[in-house]
Formats: sequence, C-alpha cells, structure tokens
Amino acid sequence: MEKFYTRMGDGSVVELSESQLKRDLEEGTRDAAERAKIHPLSEDELSYLFDVYSSPAKFVGVDCGNEVILTCENSPVKIRRRGLLVHRVESLQIFEKLLGADTLELGHTDYSFKLLKIPIAYEQTDMEQALSMTTIPLFYGAMPNLGLYTQPDGPCLNPMELLPQGKISEARAAQEEMIEYAVKDMVYVGSKLYESGADGIDFDTTAAAGDADFLATLHAIEILKKKYPQMCIEIGMSGEFILGMHGELTYDGVRLAGLYPHKQLELAEKAGATIFGPDINTDTDKSGAWNVARAITFTKACVENSHIPIHANVGMGVGGVPVTPQPPVDAVSRASKAMVEITRLDGL
Amino acid sequence: MVSIHSAASGMGGMRTAGDLVGRMQMSRGMKIKEAKEYVANKLNVSVPDLADPVVMSEVREDLDIGMLSTPFYPGSAKGIEAKFHIAELLGIEINCVNRFKDRIGRKLR
Repeated sequence: MEKFYTRMGDGSVVELSESQLKRDLEEGTRDAAERAKIHPLSEDELSYLFDVYSSPAKFVGVDCGNEVILTCENSPVKIRRRGLLVHRVESLQIFEKLLGADTLELGHTDYSFKLLKIPIAYEQTDMEQALSMTTIPLFYGAMPNLGLYTQPDGPCLNPMELLPQGKISEARAAQEEMIEYAVKDMVYVGSKLYESGADGIDFDTTAAAGDADFLATLHAIEILKKKYPQMCIEIGMSGEFILGMHGELTYDGVRLAGLYPHKQLELAEKAGATIFGPDINTDTDKSGAWNVARAITFTKACVENSHIPIHANVGMGVGGVPVTPQPPVDAVSRASKAMVEITRLDGL
Repeated sequence: MVSIHSAASGMGGMRTAGDLVGRMQMSRGMKIKEAKEYVANKLNVSVPDLADPVVMSEVREDLDIGMLSTPFYPGSAKGIEAKFHIAELLGIEINCVNRFKDRIGRKLR
C-alpha cells in the first residue's frame, strides 16, 4: 500500500495511506464547517488538496499568474531572532531586496501598543529614515495585547484572577476599563507613526485577549479612520474564534464572543479596516492536511463574504503551517499553494 | 518563512510589480484581480507580465520606479525618489511622499 510522506501539526514527519490522507482532509473541512456553520470544501477542492499533499515534491507553488501579495509583519524582529546584528532599517532592506516581500513592516521587539508610548520618538525616527530608503510599502505594526493593562503590569484589576473567584461583574468591569486605556494607546501610537509617514498601521494578533481585545481594536480603527481617512489599516486576527472573556460586549449590535472569521471580517469592514487577516490556529495533534483543509474552509468563507482584501495569516502555527520555530519548506509551500489556489484570496 | 511564501505564491515585490499591486490594495482597497488589472494598465503591460522579473526589470528601469540591482544603474531612483514616481504613475497618494513635499515646501518658502 502506498504511503505518503507528510507532516503533523507539530512538524514531525508521518506517513499516511491514501485513505488516511483523504479522511484527514474530509474531517478537517467538516470540523470547520460544523463549527462556523459554513460550507465545507467541495469534492473537487478536496481532490486538489489530495494531489498537493500526496505529491512527493519537496516544494510546490501556485500556477503562474495566480501569485498574490505578501504582507510581512515585524520584519526586523525576524532577522533579530536569528541572532543577526543588523540595524532595523537594514533588516527592512533585506526583506525588500533579498526576500521578495511585497510590503514591509517596522515593529518593536516589544511588539505591543501599550509599551510603545515610551520609545515612540525612536520608532518615529526609524520609520522616517526607513521610508526615505525603501521603495515598497511600509507598515508600522504592533499588538493590542490587552493583557498588559492588568495588574501588576497595568492599572486594571486582573480578570483572569477575578473569574476563578466567581467575580464575574468585577471581571467584566475590569475589561471595560482595559478597553478605554488600550484604545487611547492604539490611537496615540498609530497617529504618531502615520504622521511620520507610514503607509499603514497593522493591528497584529487582534482579539488575543478575547472579545474585549477585539472591541478595543475596532474602536481604535474607527477613530483612526475618522482622523486619517486615507490611512491603510490592516487587522490581523489571533485565532478563528473570539473568546468570550467578557461575554456581553457588542459592536454595532453584534455580540463579539463566538464570532468566526467570516463574521469577524464584517465588523472589521464596518470599523474601517482596509485589509483583513483571518487566523486559524494549527492543531499539533492533527496532520498538516487536516489543518490546511480546516484553515482553507474558514478562509474561503471569509473571502466570499468580503469587500476588502483578505490576507490570511499563514505563519508559524497558523493557516495550516506547523507549530515549530523552523517550519519545513515542504509544509509551508503546501499550505501557501493550497490557501491561494482554493480560496482565491488577495494575499498572505 | 517569507522566502518560502515568496517563492511559492508571492508576486516578488521589487523583483516584479508586487509592491505596486500591494499599493493598490492598500490605497484603494482593491482585490487582487482588480489591483493587478489596474497596475497592468498603468504600466502598459499584460497582467501575466506583472509577475515576470525579466519584463518588470526593464519596465522598472524605463519608468524609474526603483530596481533591485541599483549598482548597475547609478543615478536611478531609490527610496523616496522612486516613491514620488510611483505615486504619479499609479495616480495614488503615498503618505511619506506627501509629507516630504510638505516639509520641503515649507523650507523652500
């Protein structure tokens, strides 16, 4: 019986039979479809995915003509993570000239809006210098990261400590207070960097702290778009499901807790986002094929529902890519090709 | 990771017209098909040519909108200068270009 070389969600190698591979693809898409109440992938699409995942090629790519745009978050930190002693502006040039990026992003190592208030002048200066030296579009990015607003790091009571004590209303009040602080910081930092010339602002890992995190970001986007109507705003999510840490927060009458990507997108559009990045987390206990089928099912529903460009997150541990610091070429290229060719999205 | 995605499914940035198509998504919210058609029209090339580095290196040289191998072309536009040309070519506003014009304008007045 033929076995196909493939990988699990943690990057480890596994050999699957034809029936096992097909079963994983079917179960992956069914899982997404049942959770989000969307259409599963069609037989043709599953057959295409089978061809991609049963191929013996180390590297696969899209058909010529189907290329999309790559928006790369926090380019300098990726270089720094490898221990290379390169200035941030030079890191951006490396991405621009050597790595084939279509857009760039300047970000701090401490990649959270709350913390950027302090070194803001340094961020602005680096942005201004980078803009004079690079040609391709340059974002400034950071994370809303609402957790930083809780004690002892921030001013608000910690809802993660209040909830286990049964103090639900106190936990909700704390999150509502966190939202106010976070919106101020996001608007302040976003404004400063835009006034230094940034082509856009990226809100990365939005909703990582749940529905309050998502709401704060939507409010910040609304304010920034009113202030700077020309500003490009990219919103990159942190998971396929909005955790209801508060549970009763709404935006434009829609409860945030429990939203899946195709519904998250609708609110992002209403707030004024220019580009939306759905994020589907990789399950390390499942195969790469299962994970990609699932991620593509969620993302396809997003693309079909969108009026703005969709740039899916297909980085480490998301979009079907394994959770490992050095994602393998075979796994990443398969996720990349499959995501683009089936969903027909606008970028990664 | 970006190098894998770039080879597998990316347009290629400055190797081709990836940055220009990206700018249309960012400035006008265009979806990929519309953005490619818009840029191809402005550059007077076909849509498939947009991702062809052989064609696009000549186009970028002719239009002086920034190239990869700048030592081969001393005096060619780089950085902010290239973005001035891109803004005019595509008919879009580029934030840093407008702010540069504003600052220089104030100094020249």
